[in-house]
Amino acid sequence: MTNNQSSEPDILYKIRKLVVEYHTRGVVVTAVDHVDLDIQRGEVLGLVGESGCGKSTLGKALMRMIEPPGEIVGGELWFDGTELLSLPEREIREYRGSKISMIFQDPMTSLNPVQRVDEHIIETIKVHEPETKKSAALERAQALFERLGIQKRRLNDYPHQLSGGMRQRTMVSLGLALNADLIIADEATTSLDVIVEAKLVDQLEEIRKEFWVTILLITHNIALVAQIADRIAVMYAGKIVEIGYVNDVFLNPLHPYTQGLLQSVPNIKFDEREDLFKMPGEPPSLSDPPQGCRFHPRCPHVMPICTQVEPQLLENSPDQLVDCWLYQNLPEGYESTIEVEK
Amino acid sequence: MSEKPEVNIRENLVEVINLKKWFQIQSGMLDGVLSRETIYVRAVDGVSFNIRRGEVFGLAGESGSGKTTIGRLVIRLEEPTEGEVIFDGIDLASVKPSEMRKMRRRMQVIFQDPMASLNPRMTIGEAITHGLKIHFPGDSENHRDTAFNMMEKVGLTPPSSFYDKYPHQISGGQRQRVVIARALVTLPDLVLADEPIAMADVSVRALLLDLMVRLKNELNLTYLFITHDLATAKYICDRIGILYLGKMVEIGELRDVYTHPLHPYTQALMAAVPIPDPRERRTQTMPAGEIPNPINPPSGCRFHPRCPIAQAICSSEQPELQELELGHLVACHFAEDFL
Repeated sequence: MTNNQSSEPDILYKIRKLVVEYHTRGVVVTAVDHVDLDIQRGEVLGLVGESGCGKSTLGKALMRMIEPPGEIVGGELWFDGTELLSLPEREIREYRGSKISMIFQDPMTSLNPVQRVDEHIIETIKVHEPETKKSAALERAQALFERLGIQKRRLNDYPHQLSGGMRQRTMVSLGLALNADLIIADEATTSLDVIVEAKLVDQLEEIRKEFWVTILLITHNIALVAQIADRIAVMYAGKIVEIGYVNDVFLNPLHPYTQGLLQSVPNIKFDEREDLFKMPGEPPSLSDPPQGCRFHPRCPHVMPICTQVEPQLLENSPDQLVDCWLYQNLPEGYESTIEVEK
Repeated sequence: MSEKPEVNIRENLVEVINLKKWFQIQSGMLDGVLSRETIYVRAVDGVSFNIRRGEVFGLAGESGSGKTTIGRLVIRLEEPTEGEVIFDGIDLASVKPSEMRKMRRRMQVIFQDPMASLNPRMTIGEAITHGLKIHFPGDSENHRDTAFNMMEKVGLTPPSSFYDKYPHQISGGQRQRVVIARALVTLPDLVLADEPIAMADVSVRALLLDLMVRLKNELNLTYLFITHDLATAKYICDRIGILYLGKMVEIGELRDVYTHPLHPYTQALMAAVPIPDPRERRTQTMPAGEIPNPINPPSGCRFHPRCPIAQAICSSEQPELQELELGHLVACHFAEDFL
């Protein structure tokens, strides 16, 4: 994106014009609509949005895990130089788990209830590295558990015997066992208590540095992103509306949705601003999104063009992209009605 | 005080005294034969607090703290193992079942998941008038008007466009408003709000909180607000009680508890809540271990195995809730050190 810059960021995952649709009873729901996104190697990228904005669908699409009635209908997924959408299913399996690992909100859905935890980890290693001996795989599992602060003996437990926090750490260890390059954590801390969540976040931060792993943190918890992420991408109604470094976006949000969203996030600290912003309306249905900019019915700065023509996600500065007409040259025939400080 | 209760406005709408709820564990048949002891989960283990008339009293804690059980005990959806709940001067244990049904009008509930708490086969109108039919059966010709009135108050306008719809035909935010209207239509005194907006998206939460506060003032309500979300609680609660493993560890004005927490557990809890500002990243480390099993809670202070300042006394003696500052109660042997 920043072609002229000398220090080009190292992009691990380049997503281009990704479109994911769900087809149910004749209705087409476009959950991910022409999304462009670069995930930089070694970063924690927070992908935030409200329920139904398409963030989970986007996360699953990155592993090509969209199941019917959903379908990836267009776009390119360039993971570390390989285009994943053109790979046969057999080859994509080598990416899932070993190169890209996913942690969900409820780890019980990903762990087999009748299989002991050590068996999960050993099996995962053996599937992807058949030459590794079982004893070596077990040693690796033990080392990972110790690294993540769980007693080795808990490897003998079944998933239901572990606490919620331990189960999530087990999922993290499955990703680390194969040296995954990318861990996608989809609301992975959402069902955890706040102290357990804080500890898991601390550990993600540590393993990111230690294992040089890239983390895509998909969450509705904007405060969590402020605490752990390097960059934040804000999604609204199937589109990414703003992306940038957390310091830029949190201090100087550009998109009116981002502005409203950040002002509606409760803050436990007492400061000068003690009222939450009351954003009018609700997010639209993806089966019938508004024409033009999808946020226009709720936007305080709406202009005539916003109701008719979709804006693009474009650079406002080299590090901050925004999908809003307020920051873009209007096509002929449209006039701005708002003075914007650029 | 008891001669003319109708003209006497009590300061406390609810008084909870040494409330306990122990649940007997469903053990396997073999366990029952082999062990003579009955095993209990001490979900609530001796909790006392008051709810003042007109306030929003928050109960916060992590899972297993007993907060939801306390809510259910306060409005008598659950019988306590021990202890008392005094509602507007009346000991609820002494109320006969037939009288209790009448009392129900005065205590209503807003639950977390509006989709789960609304009957999918009942229209919005039927859901809202249901309570009126039970509590004001003689007044049926006015039910529709009463419901319309309340629907306007909660922002379901115009009411006629919602009255005959089913829950699946309206948006999530609107369902949330239906649940509020249904709880308030009988004009209760106390509203138990158990994680009422936990399911709502952040951009619609502020409006719902604002609505709840506005209706509280307009209809002279008192809220018992149960939540695990301390950041949201800040915007609605006047006072807050912090629970840990079935015990109250701290109670006070919300601002006192948040800006100057005295119990080490409250301090850890406050520090764990993420702040939505990348310039204020947390540096404190979190307490060791996880919340213990309430079947076999730690001796003495229940937080002692995880507490950074625990001494020998903490594992042997249970600290009592004491008022260390005006209106600020703490159950910790060493909380005075934080004053």
